Amino acid sequence: MKKPDLSVEIAGIKMRNPVMTASGTFGYGEEFSPYLDLDTLGAIVTKGLSLAPRAGNPTPRIVETPGGMLNAIGLQNVGIDAFIEKKIPFLRNLNTPVIVNFFGNSIDEYAELAARLDLVPEVAAMEINISCPNVKHGGIAFGVDPKAAFSVVKAVREMTIKPIIVKLSPNVTDIVEMAQACAEADADALSLINTLTGMAIDLDKRKPVLANVTGGLSGPALKPLALRMVWQVSRAVKLPIIGIGGITNAIDALEFMLAGATAVQIGTANFINPGIAQKITEDMELYLVKNGITDVKELVGALEI
Amino acid sequence: MRHFKSMVVLNEEVSPGYARIRLTAPRVIMRAKPGQFVMIRVSEGIDPLLRRPFGIYDLGSFMPEYPDAPLQDYLEVLYKVVGKGTRILSSLHHGDYLDILAPLGTGFTQGNPEEEKILVGGGVGLAPLYFLAKQLVKKSKVKVFIGGRRKEDILSVTEFERLGIDTYVATDDGTLGAMGLVTEVMESNLANGDAKRSIFACGPLPMLKSVAGISERWGVSCQVSLEANMACGVGACLGCVTKGRNHSEQTPDYRCVCKDGPVFDSREIMWE
Ligand SMILES: Cc1cc2nc3c(=O)[nH]c(=O)nc-3n(C[C@H](O)[C@H](O)[C@H](O)COP(=O)(O)OP(=O)(O)OC[C@H]3O[C@@H](n4cnc5c(N)ncnc54)[C@H](O)[C@@H]3O)c2cc1C
Ligand SMILES: Cc1cc2nc3c(=O)[nH]c(=O)nc-3n(C[C@H](O)[C@H](O)[C@H](O)COP(=O)(O)O)c2cc1C
Ligand code: FES
Repeated sequence: MKKPDLSVEIAGIKMRNPVMTASGTFGYGEEFSPYLDLDTLGAIVTKGLSLAPRAGNPTPRIVETPGGMLNAIGLQNVGIDAFIEKKIPFLRNLNTPVIVNFFGNSIDEYAELAARLDLVPEVAAMEINISCPNVKHGGIAFGVDPKAAFSVVKAVREMTIKPIIVKLSPNVTDIVEMAQACAEADADALSLINTLTGMAIDLDKRKPVLANVTGGLSGPALKPLALRMVWQVSRAVKLPIIGIGGITNAIDALEFMLAGATAVQIGTANFINPGIAQKITEDMELYLVKNGITDVKELVGALEI
Repeated sequence: MRHFKSMVVLNEEVSPGYARIRLTAPRVIMRAKPGQFVMIRVSEGIDPLLRRPFGIYDLGSFMPEYPDAPLQDYLEVLYKVVGKGTRILSSLHHGDYLDILAPLGTGFTQGNPEEEKILVGGGVGLAPLYFLAKQLVKKSKVKVFIGGRRKEDILSVTEFERLGIDTYVATDDGTLGAMGLVTEVMESNLANGDAKRSIFACGPLPMLKSVAGISERWGVSCQVSLEANMACGVGACLGCVTKGRNHSEQTPDYRCVCKDGPVFDSREIMWE
């Protein structure tokens, strides 16, 4: 049989396959180059970026929970200047689209970041984090309020002709409402979900385990929730969707595609196996071959109910 | 940095609650430096989910038990059973397989061989110091100070002595060696003598902090190996950071224990 077609396109970004790496779990790509061929990935999404460098939260910042982990990194990052100067040169030599995830503390900051990234040719698209639950002002207000989300996306839209992906938070009552607000503000695609706010307690010490008290839950424990949200959003809005949450293998990834995702992002699984993103693509191809599917796009939204 | 499958060759209790596991390793791992660490995935399932970090206790090779087999390289980890992951590790047998990332992080800088090398280990923190001692003893005078709560927590004394190293022991309850803190024993030893020295320490944070203070007082250079909760082990998640000397909210100076460490010059760290 002919090799199946794994390629997908999201908002004009052509990807060789639907497997991307999730922001904050894959550094700036470089860290993983000893373990996989970065040019086998669909796209790389870089660590959440802000205008100024950011210190992040006190430690402990991470703790394992059953089937998952909590993180309260606090969006530590090098800031846009250092990103362009120190990280872009490595990314420039790749043959894989680079999507830059960013966040601001105000609409103006979002707009300014977008304007600056718009001028960086290596940036294939922007992913707006409106949802990080870790930092007091880290976007939480935007991520849970449809009006605020609309304003942010609109402001970013004014500043760039590059594709805009909005990354949604699961910490809301109605994710569909959030998705619709982003669509109305002219976003090109949606990625979901970000981490779900949780906490862990040390009984004997009578203290929270994380210095930040709460943290974002990620990993396999998140998958059923993420699948449900992808499914709901895909039925309600026309925008292409990138599914995220607890994906550790090709089966998980294909389930997200059935639920309506055109592509997926791999997060926590990169920590467990730094070569996993490439492996998922390989296994996805095997699945297609075995089942006589010639084009992975056939599976997008093909859930039968 | 390699990602490989490894076979358990032996896994034996060395003291109640502590064990030593020998794992086959590819040839290049023999280039690992003392102080570097490995990330072990203790089970295929999702609970425990993350890899567990361990120092390298020893490297070597053995002759497999079938005819004409080439030498097989191995690495060893000395571990304490503290929770889910280490309990699973302790249940493994010869022939079981594990998934490993190694070697990770920076190692100890061995420095001028003329210096006397002072090694200080607390509990299972001793582990990377044995591998270090094996290399240092070829060129330098080495002393090791081992501390723990009770006799059972004092590991590898025989192994160090076999290397011809002066070994000093202290326990909190006096069941082995001096009663008291290992750092006190080390400091009084520093007082008798004026050789040029450098310190290498690994163990619980309060011990390391005390060693850093002592090294400051005596003007002796000091490297410490830190621990932190880790997820990735490769510098990507920023979960394992520790504050550098000049850290402040305005001028953040966070170092990754996994990538910039786990070994740091004690003066590079902000001790809180
Ligand atoms: C660079 C590095 C090198 C290490 N080298 C060794 C080594 O050579 N030998 C060894 O036995 N251990 C070593 N450790 C500690 C080891 O990683 C932990 O003990 C192990 O991860 C615990 O896993 P668990 O699933 O058994 O415990 P969990 O179920 O995860 O935790 C059980 C209990 O142990 C505590 N714990 C968990 N992780 C640590 C930690 N990193 N330090 C102290 N307490 C912890 C938890 O707070 C909890 O109370 C090292 C850690 C680091 C970061
Ligand atoms: C340590 C860590 C750091 C993260 N940092 C970011 C970030 O900077 N920006 C962002 O939008 N999402 C961030 N995320 C969320 C992930 O991109 C992803 O949405 C989430 O972890 C769910 O996917 P997973 O279950 O596959 O990990 C982070 C997640 C983790 C675990
Ligand atoms: S453990 Fe992930 S950065 Fe150190």
